[in-house]
Amino acid sequence: MDLTVLLFLASGLFLGWTLGANDAANVFGTAVGTRMVRFYTAAIVCSIFVILGAVVSGGGAAHTLGKLGSVNALPGAFMAALAAGVTVYAMTRSGLPVSTTQAIVGAIIGWNLYSDSVTDATALVTIVSTWFVCPVLAGVVAVPLYKLVDWFVYFGKIHLLRLDAYTRAALIAAGAFGAYSLGANNIANVMGVFVPVSPFTDFSVAGIFNLTSVQQLFLLGAIAIAVGIFTYSKKVMLTVGQDLAPMSPPVAWVVVVAHSVVLFLFASEGLERVLAQAGLPTIPLVPVSSSQAVVGAVIGLGLLKGGHGIRWRVLGAIGAGWITTPIISAFVCFVALFFLENVFNQQVARVVRYDLSPQVIERLAVEGFPVASLADLNGRRYFSAKKYLDVIDDQLPLDSDQRRLLLYYGELGSYHITSDTIRKGRLALSRPQLDAVIALDGRTYQYKWQLAEALARQSVDWRLKPTDVLNKHHNQRINRRLDELYRLFDRY
Amino acid sequence: MGFERVTTLFRRTKHLEQDIDEFLEKIVEAALIFRRALSIYLEHGASEEFDDILNREKHLESRGDTLRRSIETHLYSHTLIPDLRGDVLSLLEDMDDLINEFEGNLFRFSIQQPDIPDEFHRGFAELTETVVTCVESVVMAARAFFRDIRAVRDHNSKVMFYETEADKMSTRLQRSVFASDLPLENKRHISYFVERIDDIANAAEDIADRLAIYAIKREI
Repeated sequence: MDLTVLLFLASGLFLGWTLGANDAANVFGTAVGTRMVRFYTAAIVCSIFVILGAVVSGGGAAHTLGKLGSVNALPGAFMAALAAGVTVYAMTRSGLPVSTTQAIVGAIIGWNLYSDSVTDATALVTIVSTWFVCPVLAGVVAVPLYKLVDWFVYFGKIHLLRLDAYTRAALIAAGAFGAYSLGANNIANVMGVFVPVSPFTDFSVAGIFNLTSVQQLFLLGAIAIAVGIFTYSKKVMLTVGQDLAPMSPPVAWVVVVAHSVVLFLFASEGLERVLAQAGLPTIPLVPVSSSQAVVGAVIGLGLLKGGHGIRWRVLGAIGAGWITTPIISAFVCFVALFFLENVFNQQVARVVRYDLSPQVIERLAVEGFPVASLADLNGRRYFSAKKYLDVIDDQLPLDSDQRRLLLYYGELGSYHITSDTIRKGRLALSRPQLDAVIALDGRTYQYKWQLAEALARQSVDWRLKPTDVLNKHHNQRINRRLDELYRLFDRY
Repeated sequence: MGFERVTTLFRRTKHLEQDIDEFLEKIVEAALIFRRALSIYLEHGASEEFDDILNREKHLESRGDTLRRSIETHLYSHTLIPDLRGDVLSLLEDMDDLINEFEGNLFRFSIQQPDIPDEFHRGFAELTETVVTCVESVVMAARAFFRDIRAVRDHNSKVMFYETEADKMSTRLQRSVFASDLPLENKRHISYFVERIDDIANAAEDIADRLAIYAIKREI
């Protein structure tokens, strides 16, 4: 990895640092602020569990963020992360409530607009709806949890000092869970934009311990979060602790657990699988704001006690933040991309070509797409996703599934497989997968789906399973390997 | 926080719980000794037996002070119950004042040796009994503050009841003292002791009032 790559990743690391400095306070702020837990104990526990959460469970939320828009050039990803970081920093300095999630979503939309890419409406609606659901859910979780703690303290007749000791231990355990959930859920905000352009390749230590390219990226981001926690979060934690001083330590515990449960629900692929296996509806894996989860939990408890003392203006400011943060971040990103491209001559977005060749139309027909309306467009080529879809949309109003099909099957490339490239690529593939790639030596494919289908014909290890939650993990793993192959063999 | 530190925290907590329990026991013991001492005084005056029991009260006061200081030091040096330790500190000091009051009164009896005629012995014994019960109730309220927050109110109402009873008894006793044929200096002297004993119940009531606020603050 050369220095340029590290330089471009620096904006993500900066974003990670701000997240560590600010959001760690949501996990340990009250505990440290009320001196129930020492700062260094909190910082060590928080850092370890943020890293674990990011590396072990960070993939789910990142995947949804990736659907919103795939930033396909490292300088573009750099600027998206920087725009989000600057927005968060500026709004925090101005005393406005801000969420890293909303900032990064805005930045990705800014990149989509600048690069004429398409913003996936379904993914956007899913993400935005969770901004509303997250604080509400945190409040809903906090209320019964509070009742449970109250009951436990009342009927347990626990001595004040013993309760203090239990609360300390519980605050550390809840903080560890909170940090894990924060890492799992919010690493997507920090490093998500770099996933499609990850400079890392998978590696394994003695064949026992595997780290995918994405996990390496997340590890780096999580270390930046840990640095943020150690270098700057103490001040924020003490401030949060003082702000929430009327909250007793057991209530602080309730708030931290409610926050952590919500972040975990929106990040856990394991839970998603369990719910799917039980035939229950699953929860979308989306990065949510940890600050807003805390506010939701506090408001839930406030309503339980009659709603007095709830600062409705704070709520209003948060609601306004849902609109202003993404807009500011998108604007900053758009303008900054212009400068990066035109002043610093950096390629902020790779041009993606689309066409409607007979092969594509034939394949779309197999997928059930109404191809009759595409006859006039046969053989035309487009240099932006937006134009490509706009032209087809004029002929036939498209729904979001049809748009996804058109983008996938119509993306034009040139993937030439050579044994030399395979050797240089040092791909972390299974033996049957590697054999399948070697078997295609010398061939060239125009479309990604052609290469994917050729590999699937060669080996069962390259075959995707029907799209559902239970097969999601398997399909994501194969798609990630395929993305690596596309990048490796792309000659365009 | 490693496992060892968690176990140390729980060990330290247990030790401190025992200290607080012992401290509260000392207050009850001080009250019972006071009642016994007064009964001896009324029966035999400032006798050798009275001096012995006064010494027991003195030791108790000293042990109470040691326990209180040790508890306070531990609370602060290990930053335990950071949100409530100010209240706990005030509570312990107020409770310690009760032992001081008992000891002080016995010393006054030992030094001033008031002459209390037989006709007032019953009144003194009843007042003392009520004051001791009042103090026992405030100790129960203090225990409840540590273990069973919602019971504080019940014990506090008992404190209020016994304090009012003590006031009534004190007034009644003083009226009968001043209505007697005793010389004025004697009346004033006896009245002074009645007031001092009643003051213990007043102090217990003040503690109960503050405990009610601490209890609200302690609710989660």
